[in-house]
Amino acid sequence: MTTKSFGQRVQRTEDERFLRGRGQYTDDLLPDALHVAVLRSPHAHARIGDIEVDAVLDVEGVVAVYTYEDLEGAMAEPLPLLIPHPALTHGRTQYALARDEVNYVGEAVAMVVATDRYVAEDAAARITVVYETLPVVVGIDAARDASRLVHDDVPGNVAARMEQSTGDAAAAIAKAPHRLELELDIERSACMPLEGRATAARWDTDTSRLTVWTSTQTSTGVRAAVASKLGLDLVQVDVITPDVGGGFGVKVVHPWPEEVLVPMAARLLGRPVKFTEDRREHFISSAHERAQHHHVEVGFDDDGRVEGLSVQFWHDNGAYTPYGLIVPIITSTQLLGPYKPPVYSVVFESLYTNTVIVTPYRGAGRPQGVFAMERTMDAIAAYLGKDRAAVRAVNFIQPDEFPYDQGLIFQDGKPLIYDSGDFPQSLDKIKALVGWDDFERVRDEARAEGRTVGIGLACYVEGTGVGPYEGGHVQVETTGKVKVSTGLTTQGQGHQTAFAQIVADELGVRFEDVEVVTGDTRRMPYAVGTYASRAAVMSGSAIALTARAVKAKALKLAADALEVAEDDLEVADGVVSVKGAPSSNVSLGTLAVLSNPLRYAFDEASKSATQFSVGDPDAVPVPEGESPGLESRDYFSPPRSTFASGMHAVVVETDPETAEISILRYCVVHDCGRLINPLIVEGQIHGGVAQGVGGALYERMAYDEHGQLQNASFMDFLMPYVSEVPREIEVDHLETPSPLNPLGIKGAGEAGVIPSAALFASAIEDAEGFAITRMPISPSELYALRLEHATTEGADR
Amino acid sequence: MEADLTWRVDGVEHTLAVDTRTTVLDALRDRLGNTSPKKGCDHGQCGACTVLVDGRRQLSCLGLAVAHDGSEITTAAGLVDGDELHPVQQAFVDHDGLQCGYCTPGQVCSAVGMLDEVKAGHPSAVSDDLEADVELDEDEIRERMSGNLCRCGAYSNIVAAIEEAARA
Ligand code: FES
Ligand code: FES
Repeated sequence: MTTKSFGQRVQRTEDERFLRGRGQYTDDLLPDALHVAVLRSPHAHARIGDIEVDAVLDVEGVVAVYTYEDLEGAMAEPLPLLIPHPALTHGRTQYALARDEVNYVGEAVAMVVATDRYVAEDAAARITVVYETLPVVVGIDAARDASRLVHDDVPGNVAARMEQSTGDAAAAIAKAPHRLELELDIERSACMPLEGRATAARWDTDTSRLTVWTSTQTSTGVRAAVASKLGLDLVQVDVITPDVGGGFGVKVVHPWPEEVLVPMAARLLGRPVKFTEDRREHFISSAHERAQHHHVEVGFDDDGRVEGLSVQFWHDNGAYTPYGLIVPIITSTQLLGPYKPPVYSVVFESLYTNTVIVTPYRGAGRPQGVFAMERTMDAIAAYLGKDRAAVRAVNFIQPDEFPYDQGLIFQDGKPLIYDSGDFPQSLDKIKALVGWDDFERVRDEARAEGRTVGIGLACYVEGTGVGPYEGGHVQVETTGKVKVSTGLTTQGQGHQTAFAQIVADELGVRFEDVEVVTGDTRRMPYAVGTYASRAAVMSGSAIALTARAVKAKALKLAADALEVAEDDLEVADGVVSVKGAPSSNVSLGTLAVLSNPLRYAFDEASKSATQFSVGDPDAVPVPEGESPGLESRDYFSPPRSTFASGMHAVVVETDPETAEISILRYCVVHDCGRLINPLIVEGQIHGGVAQGVGGALYERMAYDEHGQLQNASFMDFLMPYVSEVPREIEVDHLETPSPLNPLGIKGAGEAGVIPSAALFASAIEDAEGFAITRMPISPSELYALRLEHATTEGADR
Repeated sequence: MEADLTWRVDGVEHTLAVDTRTTVLDALRDRLGNTSPKKGCDHGQCGACTVLVDGRRQLSCLGLAVAHDGSEITTAAGLVDGDELHPVQQAFVDHDGLQCGYCTPGQVCSAVGMLDEVKAGHPSAVSDDLEADVELDEDEIRERMSGNLCRCGAYSNIVAAIEEAARA
């Protein structure tokens, strides 16, 4: 019997290739391609006058230069608004190359194609552009003030205003025994994958076909965009996503200007062309996320039970809205976390600023929502003098209340219904893991040594595995090797391993015999993409269903060949045998031969197949409803999202003099349903926690009032290196299977990052004794807060 | 302006003429087709491009190729011994010290160079005694690997892998 692979800590098959330096990322491909340099706006807001490019063409090695004037047909139209929403009344998107106006520093204005990047950059520097600068809007306050406008035709800088409620929150709050109001801010950060954006394209003049390699989270999305922008039939375009050096959200946006400009140039020039963004370009011309200001009003009883909750927030969406309202919608709904306020109302405005666009970054609006909710829980506890964990516990949805309908509409347009979970048990586990009830002793001991420590707790619920669908293709070759493909892409999540585990179990083959390909539209033209922690749930389920269909086909053929009933057969290690009579068997490879009426005898499997006869000799060779080949293609489409959840706890120490914040313990309790591979899930958690630590303590986009990003390098935008992450991340899993998919799984990719801002704020507040309402927080800000509180306390006395 | 240079890369000698502005990294990747070192920032701030130059770890994006005429360069691809992974590479597999793999060739070269520095007795910013032999504990590893960014955050497993490789 094949050992079960699902649930095991299977070593990742992708690792060795990467370690040998054989990873193939987009920039590693097409060595003979021409290179692109993009001239970008140096101004945050300006009207474009004359663009002079003649001097460029004199540079040796320059092949072409393009400005908006050179764009034709659909290329001259604005880039698509990917996710429209009725509330997005003033959606705006940019042009592939700016037309008349630029709205952020970094917006693409012209593109040079040359023999190499050095030449292309030299040449781009020779382009002269006349700009007439316009007033600049930076930050939420300036956007709300609206004395300056980003887009002339968008009043108040308001792209969208959206409201949801489950009742009259104001009335509920007014009636409650206690009330609090909070103002809470989160600043901008960004995904910052170590590989930036990259696109390469080759036009085959003989066949009139375009092949595009791009570092994306959605190859099918890019394919459709390229085809329509270039006026090609879909079948003329193949998009291949090779290895991707991290995505974290930013690469789901499509098409990036360069993603259509590079294929356009490749086609016009009849030569391969490549764009590889440099790090500064990634900072100023990809996407950011997180900046929001929240106003919370809450009413509660003596136990801390919330009776009414009203949240208003303002979301900075940057200069354009290609990705619609996904981020603020997620904040507004996922804010509720594991709790069930009887009445909730939320209203947000999505505001334009003259800064880089805002699109989902791992967590996608949840970190802000969790920050708002968890800060509120802590504030209630502080107000009542109660234990922070106890206040959370009285507000939890209980295990017997699932499926739990929050009465709102989620980001996927479906009702926000939690499928399963066990929050009280999670809380017990995290309290035990971190030693919550024993912490006063730890604090006293530290205090006796002159040290200041604090403990924080944060809970979250994450809607994962959003639809609409994903597909899988599973094919058994005559060698017995199993080739699997799914359309969504991979950027480090170990999909090749996890999906192979699923197939190994479902089909009854050896893990080593399964090979998985992702993100190649030639293999799987229908797919959605890798975001919203959906890959394992969606493609994992689709692949499981497909493998089951292939197994059914194999059993039918084997029953015919071995002349027994299907029920008497079992499959293990790639061989179908008769239960109790293992010598009576046929391999899946041989069945693959038998499945195809055209049996050319090229290989051993074909020869050994000659001993069997299958099929009804009186029927046509491929009867209706059947197909040749031991293969299948199937799709999975769930009714709605599945909801993972978790709770993190952290112990921090704050330096009494320097206000430096260090992490002493970091604990995670995580419930993503059934685990396919704990090794991979833990890797995802570690990665999320590292990014969360960055977001809470280090990372921010420092724009000046002119809209210039002051810290557009790894030297100035601080991210955690190995020296900044917690020494050990203590993880405990809880598995409440999802009823919404065949494997009972939930997504895990984003979880680690979601509670961090809330968590560190909670712990630092606990250590310092004053409220923390803005994140991230640096030692100098903490120091300033200490001074502020020392003076106010002094004044009180 | 172009200049000639000769160097050995992963055991193979190459002579090439390069634009004098060409970095070691670009010469390796674009001229020799050795895409093992990766470009994460091109400014010496991420470590993805780390290679061994004459046995010492170096950020290949910060050096000009012409300044390294005659050097012996080893990339992650050249660390393997035939089919066999270098012990540091094997330890990364065993401890799952990677996710997207983009920082990985740099991490591995950096770790190999770092372990040699430790053997040679080089102290780090966290070494208590600058004269004594280095005791490679977790603090030392973290300090010495703090030039290699991993945005996927595979750090704890990277540290575990290096600890194991150091023991071997
Ligand atoms: S690419 Fe050389 S250090 Fe980042
Ligand atoms: S594994 Fe992705 S950056 Fe390190």
